[in-house]
Formats: sequence, C-alpha cells, structure tokens
Amino acid sequence: MEEKKVSLTKSDRLRVAWRSTFLQGSWNYERMQNGGWCYSMIPAINKLYKKKEDRIAAYQRHLEFFNTHPYVASPVIGVTLALEEERANGAPVDDVAIQGVKVGMMGPLAGVGDPVFWYTVRPIVGALGASLALSGNIIGPILFFVIWNIIRWGFMWYTQEFGYRAGSKITEDLSGGLLQSVTRVASMMGMFVIAALIERWVVIKFTPVVSRIKQQAGAYIDWDKLPKGAKGIQAALQQQASGLSLTKVKVTTLQDNLDSLIPGLVPLLLTFLCMWLLKKKVSPIVIIIGIFIVGVVGHVVGLL
Amino acid sequence: MSAISMILVVIVAFFAGMEGILDEFQFHQPLVSCTLIGLVTGHLTLGIMLGGSLQMIALGWANIGAAVAPDIALAATASAIILIQGGQGTHGLGSAIAFAIPLAVAGLFLTMIVRTITVAIVHFMDAAAAKGNSRMIDFWQMVCICLQGLRIAIPAALLLIIPASSVRDLLGSMPSWLSDGMTIGGGMVVAVGYAMVINMMASREVWPFFAIGFVIAAITDLTLIAIGAIGLSLALMYLELDKGGSGKGNNGGSNNNTGDPLGDILDDY
Repeated sequence: MEEKKVSLTKSDRLRVAWRSTFLQGSWNYERMQNGGWCYSMIPAINKLYKKKEDRIAAYQRHLEFFNTHPYVASPVIGVTLALEEERANGAPVDDVAIQGVKVGMMGPLAGVGDPVFWYTVRPIVGALGASLALSGNIIGPILFFVIWNIIRWGFMWYTQEFGYRAGSKITEDLSGGLLQSVTRVASMMGMFVIAALIERWVVIKFTPVVSRIKQQAGAYIDWDKLPKGAKGIQAALQQQASGLSLTKVKVTTLQDNLDSLIPGLVPLLLTFLCMWLLKKKVSPIVIIIGIFIVGVVGHVVGLL
Repeated sequence: MSAISMILVVIVAFFAGMEGILDEFQFHQPLVSCTLIGLVTGHLTLGIMLGGSLQMIALGWANIGAAVAPDIALAATASAIILIQGGQGTHGLGSAIAFAIPLAVAGLFLTMIVRTITVAIVHFMDAAAAKGNSRMIDFWQMVCICLQGLRIAIPAALLLIIPASSVRDLLGSMPSWLSDGMTIGGGMVVAVGYAMVINMMASREVWPFFAIGFVIAAITDLTLIAIGAIGLSLALMYLELDKGGSGKGNNGGSNNNTGDPLGDILDDY
C-alpha cells in the first residue's frame, strides 16, 4: 500500500472548488444539496479511486442528504477531501465517519454562514452599491459585483484549503469558541448597520401641513425687489445661502415636526410593526402587499 | 427593441434564474440583473436606477428556514423589461417597482415547481452513480441548473413578445394617484426586508448596537463605509472586553492556538 500513494494536487482542489460554485444547482426537497455535493466531489473521486466498485461506492456515499449555507460548505468539502484521500490510501475511514463529519459540520456552519453573508455582508455591500445606483451611477453595480465576488471566492477557496489541511481535526475547532465569536461579531455589526439603513433608506413622508406662518419682512427673499437677469439669480442664491426663506409663508408639515423629534422615528416604528407581524406568522408577501395598499390609500387621502 | 437586444435580455434572464438558486455570483440581485438588461437594451442609466431601488427593497431577502422570501430574480428581470418597454423613462420607475412585487410572488411558485422536478432528477443521478457513470451525474446537474435558468428566461421571453405599445398603453392607463402611491409604498416596503433580518439576528446583547447605529445614521456626513467601520470596531471591542472578563490565561491561550488561521481568513474580508 505504501508504494503508490495518491494525493490531490492543487489543481484537483481548484477544480472541486470551482464545481462547488454549483452546489445548489440541483437543490431539491428530498435530499437538498446532495446532487451538487456529489457533482463537486467527482474530480476528487475519479482521481483517488481507480477501481469501478470504489468509485460507485464513493458516488453513492456523496449523494446522501446534505444542506448548509452554500459558501460555508467549502470547509466541509475540504475536510471531506482529506478524509477521502486517507481512505484511498488505505486508512480505515468508513462511510459512517465521512457522513458523520459532513452532518456534524453542516449544522453549526450554516449558523455562521447565514448571519455573516446574508444578514451582514450582503445588506452592507448591497446598500453601498444601491445608494450609488439610485442616481444612475454605474460604479454602484460594479462595486457590488466585484466586492461580493472577491469576498465569496476568497472565502470559499481559503476555507476549503483550511479544511483540507486540518482534516478531521477541524471538528475540535468547531466546538471551540471561534465560530461563536465570528457569529457574534457578525450579528452585532449587522444590527448596527441595519439600524443605520432603516434610518436612511426607509422613506415615509407625512405631508399634512401642521402650520402656515407668514414670515416677517427680511426673513424671506423678496422676489419683486431683486435686480433683473443673471444678477437677480445671483442675488437670490446669495440670499438663500445666508439663510433666507424662499417663500413668504413658512410651511411646517407633520414630517418636519417628527424629524425635529427623532429623525427616522416613523421608519423605525414601521420596522418594529413588520417584525411583530412576522413573529405572528404573517407572510412577508402579505405585509409587502399591505404596505403598497397603505401607500396608495395614504396618498389618495393626502396623508403621505 | 432589436432582435439582438431581445436575445441578450433572455440570456441575462437565464443567468439570473441560475443564480436565483445558486446564490454565488449574484447575477439575480436587481443591482446586477437590471443593470445588465439596461446595458443590452441601451437604457443603461435607467437600468441602474431601477436596480438600485429594487436592491434597497430586497436587501434583507434571503431564503432561510421557514421564512420564504419573495423571488427577486423574476421580479428584477421582469420589471426591468416592463420599464424599458414602457418607454416612460424615470417616470416609469414607480410603476415598474409596483409590478415587481406580484411577480416576486409568482416566481416563488416557479421555484417550487423546479425544486420538485429536481427530486426526480436526483433519482436519475442515483442511477448514474450505481453504474459508476460520473459524466451522467455531471449532465443531470447541468440539466437542473438550466431548468432554473429557464424558470426566468421563459417568462422574460414571453414579456418581450408582448408588443411594446401594449405595455406602454397599460402603463399609460395607470392613473397618477396609483403610480405615485406605489412609489410611496416602495419607499416603505424596504422595512419588511430589514424586519426579517432583525428577527433572525436579534438577541439581548445586540440591541444596544442597533440603537447606536440608528442614532449615528442621522449624521449624514458619515458614508456607509464609515458606518460599517464603526460597527465592526465596536463589535470587536465588545468581544475583546467580553473575553477579558472570563479569565485571560487559560481561555485566551487555547483559543489563539487553534483559532487563529481561520480567524485571520474570516477577518480578512
């Protein structure tokens, strides 16, 4: 057994990593990511096992149930590669051990992948890109696409390599505090940024007018007394810059009053209402449609 | 719209459909798909603006556990096509976004259908595995991914067949109180995605972070990058202080030894 040791080269591992991009392609209600998992492992299986029975056994072993966050599957793949390599070289690694590692890792790792990628990184990078895109700036989409894919591919490749080198020892790390720390930092930062996004990007404007106050002379720009032509425009802009109002009557809407209290208070309350509804098992789709109805009705009656 | 543009739109839709399930390159996110559709039809700026608005709405949408999020892939692609065929320019943004929401729901059913078909295909994979034929496993995997692509490409093609004048008439017949109201609704609907995310992450220890973030956002001089940096720093400081409290000698030492390589990787991004 010692004379011909098979091992996976870097290009084999890169091939597996590239294929794991398609992990979720055959996601199904029965065994979830199993098809994509087997598809990812195929280059490694074909390299490690030369006998047909061994290959068949390996394909079937990797068509078992599997489901986790698509990116954090990479360290699991790395560990599995290491185990399969040992097995191909004659180490006593049985099916149960391999399936045990897969199932044992997928749960805790999914608990890291979701808050880190879907709740922290994507909202932040997405909001960054979208805020630029709103004004039609091409940098927005490009920034989002490039940053996201660098993070994603870097994470997938390095954690797969990490898992491959650590082998079955990685399970010791998993039980340690590291994963917990990563999840905690992600959810703290996520909450911080989400709160900022609510303040900035949930838009509700109450239009009802609370008061109309006729301003004193000198507090507004007196359009009749401005010089004619470009000079008049210049004078008007200068007066506005020095704090003069554009109109004779100072209009205060309900929104102005709310903003002077706490900016973003209404968006915050709306978010809390949505959270409460979601906890009451109201479908997000129903809430979304409801909000659109409120928007239209509110606009028609002049509230929004 | 020229024939070449139409074909390119369908290709973009196909990619969006694939990514809707793969969730890797993010072609299905409106920021990317709407921009690409705008690019191939010659309305780049319009596409980017729609992408930005829809992205804001869909920021927190992710399929986790029991909470199924609406399907953004179909919503983004279809509303971009409607916006461009409608020919109203930026005035059509509000109604295009309004159309996106029911489409996102319809997309959910299409996803369910494909995922059910895939159950059968996985059994074909089993059969291929029993014969030791890895090529066939590869083939069926590709079939599944293409089915997901078609899930969006076919509706997109159907939308393109509808003559642009009909789309224009439909959008034109929408009274302004309706489209304005929809735009206002679009501004509020963003909250739903955030609420979903908060519900998943909230615990007692993270609420103070939420409060600080909310207050700090009112300082408009701070960009999102700055806010992100503040958030990350606060979180790391909190973690470090928390660790120090629970005994530095033993705990910290063992953590550093086993945890650093992965920790570095994770910190890197």
